[in-house]
Amino acid sequence: MTHTDKELVVSALENGTVLDHIPSENVFKAIDMLNLKGEISRITIGVNLESKLYGRKGIIKIADRYFLDDELNRLALVAPNATVNIIRNFKVVEKKKIVMPDEIEGFAKCKNPKCITNHQPIKTRFKVLDHNGEISLLCHYCEKITDLKG
Amino acid sequence: MEPKRENLSRKSLISIQDFSKDEIIHVLEVARDFERDRSQKLLEGKVIGSLFFEPSTRTRLSFETAVNRLGARVIDFSDAMNTSVSKGETLKDTIKMVSNYVDMIIMRHPLEGSSRYASEVASVPVANAGDGANQHPSQTLLDLYTIMQTQGRLENLTVNMVGDLKYGRTTHSLLQALSHFNPTFIFTAPEELRMPEEYKTFLDEKGIAYKETTSLEEYMNDCDILYMTRVQQERFTDPMEYERVKDVYKLTAPMLSSVRPNMKILHPLPRVGEIEQDVDETPYAYYFKQAENGLYVRMAIISYLLGYR
Repeated sequence: MTHTDKELVVSALENGTVLDHIPSENVFKAIDMLNLKGEISRITIGVNLESKLYGRKGIIKIADRYFLDDELNRLALVAPNATVNIIRNFKVVEKKKIVMPDEIEGFAKCKNPKCITNHQPIKTRFKVLDHNGEISLLCHYCEKITDLKG
Repeated sequence: MEPKRENLSRKSLISIQDFSKDEIIHVLEVARDFERDRSQKLLEGKVIGSLFFEPSTRTRLSFETAVNRLGARVIDFSDAMNTSVSKGETLKDTIKMVSNYVDMIIMRHPLEGSSRYASEVASVPVANAGDGANQHPSQTLLDLYTIMQTQGRLENLTVNMVGDLKYGRTTHSLLQALSHFNPTFIFTAPEELRMPEEYKTFLDEKGIAYKETTSLEEYMNDCDILYMTRVQQERFTDPMEYERVKDVYKLTAPMLSSVRPNMKILHPLPRVGEIEQDVDETPYAYYFKQAENGLYVRMAIISYLLGYR
């Protein structure tokens, strides 16, 4: 990838957010985690882009949209090395590293079919467990572990 | 009678890990006091909601007896299908409604995590009487009480857990509770029903020693407590797996010839085939007394959660 291409990929937004260094296979999970399915802003998705660090990477650009840190930190579950570029007037005005949250609420689903959260209208709640870099979720209600595979 | 302390945090008992070591010891001491004098009417004028959304014999009877012996009254429903639950009412609405009527809720529900959720929406304390295969903390406290009663202490004991260590919630909660007291564990289970990794990791992190075996005879003579469990058919999704393991261990009186003299056999009951009737007559059998202890321990839990002890 040339320098110019890179500029084009990262900075072609006038205003908005660029999420970079997402593992290609997790790009669509990242979209789910940010709840972007009903989003009306222009979203550009790139997968299998070349990356010096990771070989291949994914990228998501969302025009005219900024996120709270808590929302961005959810991405740590599927893209722990992602970077966030805040774009204003075609320039990167801020770069952020995402942080692994201790707890998450309201967006992952418990894999235990007998968990109350799968039967009643209840917001899910998990403690994030990091076991040697392998991330899993401990359900606040049924106390069972949900892995992030599949 | 007024409570000794105000239950400002509206403490509930959902998981054994909600209680600190000091709280566990306190509740066991209170239970001992109730065993000495089981007619202490501390809760006269109180009303306790007993919400059993699935059938139960021992737990329900002992909780409701405990409420009665404490002088409080019980309201309940005889069958959840006769309530508005069958009309599709959410658990949240049922709990909020009952909360308005009672001073405390005792709840059993087939779904895991239901009691934790109930404690978050209720305006009164909730005691979990079993949420599916998840937690059953009053059973754990009565197990601890029985262990203390038989051994004179909780510290430094060797506990051999036998049977279904994969699905058996009683063994998981007992393991967590005993971890405060420097135990050594032996896990006796068939390959298919071994203690799950997450509990072994928990013990590793706490530096607690354990051994695993598939043979009941191997470590039977090296333990202070032999904690037998039933292989519970209702926890299996694969009937073939159940058939393979259901009769894997059968404890008989002749097998007890060389056990430690202080050794006691516990079982959360009901038993099916894992302890032969001839064991009942040996000095090691303690499971019926263990069931009786459930009453004192549940009296202690209720009076503690309401701030009376």
